[in-house]
Amino acid sequence: MTVSLSGRGVGHSFGDLTVLDGLDFEARPGEVLGLVGPSGCGKSTLLELIGGLRQPDRGRIEIDGKEGEDARLERCAWMPQKDCLLPWYTALDNAGLALRNLGRSKGEARAEAGLLFDRFGLAGFEQSRPDQLSGGMRQRVAFLRTLVSRKDVLLLDEPFASLDAITRAELQEWLLPVLDEKDHTVVLVTHDVEEALYLSDAVLALTSRPGRVAASMKAPSTTGFPREQVVTDPGFTERREELLALLRQSSPSIAGGAR
Amino acid sequence: MKAVGNTARLWLPPLLLIILLLGLWQLAADTGFLAGALGLEDFLVPSPGQIGEVLWQDRSLIAENAEVTLVEILAGFGIALVVGVGVATALHFSELLRRASYPVVVASQTIPIIVIAPILVVWFGYGIGPKLAVIALICFFPITVNTLDGLRSVDPDSVKMLRTLYAGKSQIFRRVEAPAALPYLFSGAKIAVAVAVIGAVFGEWAGSERGLGHLMLQDNAQLMTARLFASVAVLSLIAILLFTLIGLAERALLRWR
Repeated sequence: MTVSLSGRGVGHSFGDLTVLDGLDFEARPGEVLGLVGPSGCGKSTLLELIGGLRQPDRGRIEIDGKEGEDARLERCAWMPQKDCLLPWYTALDNAGLALRNLGRSKGEARAEAGLLFDRFGLAGFEQSRPDQLSGGMRQRVAFLRTLVSRKDVLLLDEPFASLDAITRAELQEWLLPVLDEKDHTVVLVTHDVEEALYLSDAVLALTSRPGRVAASMKAPSTTGFPREQVVTDPGFTERREELLALLRQSSPSIAGGAR
Repeated sequence: MKAVGNTARLWLPPLLLIILLLGLWQLAADTGFLAGALGLEDFLVPSPGQIGEVLWQDRSLIAENAEVTLVEILAGFGIALVVGVGVATALHFSELLRRASYPVVVASQTIPIIVIAPILVVWFGYGIGPKLAVIALICFFPITVNTLDGLRSVDPDSVKMLRTLYAGKSQIFRRVEAPAALPYLFSGAKIAVAVAVIGAVFGEWAGSERGLGHLMLQDNAQLMTARLFASVAVLSLIAILLFTLIGLAERALLRWR
């Protein structure tokens, strides 16, 4: 299949501070591109650049061959690090926001978003307010909200960073088949190397600021196996250690590597 | 039973405090202690009991005037609400407008109302016009500033998220900015309604033929101190009532909080 998303020589600065420099990347429909890197390396900024929420200072980002900011915004749905669920809407109405914005009626939006609640293990929580949901459920509603937009490109910014380890592992295992079955192009930002390798088809490791590509790696095939089996497989752990070593090298020091 | 207990726990402390204060006042007035301490005739320092008596005797006169004042407050507050929310929304959408007119909005609050009220009476006469102008002017600031702060309190990530979900400016306003601003608007409205009562009295003092402020001015001139205090009590009651009504509306509308 053709390339859906590509970046060439992408760089960005905030004032004098260069956060990203000379990044090349690409992803095809159905692929998950994992972005890992130390905090402050510009991963989140890169997502916003891809999504058309910002325009890069240098280089070009294309989606379906289109370069414009608006063209990218039109094709991407962004899931921010915080779930950003709106407290004045029910879970169901939060999930259907994209449809309401497209001018669909409340009833239509609810019916369509509601179809996914069962599959996402959220049945019975349609009318709950966000603050009545657990952290894991909130993230699932936020992901559902992103998916309901029917956009081709999904940009996930540390979707599980706020969760405890057990819930995170559960949601990773839940997300994998969801991502696999659709033809979305997914960019997944995470600081968790294991999560990146588990969920992605290819992983891009960034250096600390300014973020450059430290390594690009094919991820092992993980679909169809239980998560525990995958992440303890010698092939998987080998790549994990390799990536961690790379990230460690590219960070100047632990103390100096902070934001 | 539990609901009754909760209600009692909510209302009992302020009620007890008010009763205690009134009791002390009654005691001080009855024994002539207050008048003695101030070196005044007894009738100039009425007790709560005397005030209550006058309130009952002159109830129709006080009610008539209270109605006039209440209408002024409601209309002036209403004007300020509509204009304040409108101005806040306009300032929110236009950076240029905001920078240009924010000083003017702030300046509107520094106008000494007592000084300007008589001029308004000269301009607009003895009717309801100058009162509405004074009340609206006084209410405008807390409503506008609070609403504007509320509109700008939105998490930028929520806005970005909505932008990637097809939302334009008006949808972002409807779905995040306006709901986020509502609690702020209610805070502003509560402050506004409390000062609106003062505004109404100033407006009436500057020139009027009716209203509680007008009655107070007359009673003051005729040394009818007990009825003066009765008017003050009714004014306070109006303020508390309106404040409570806004609080109830807030609770009904902001169920998510």
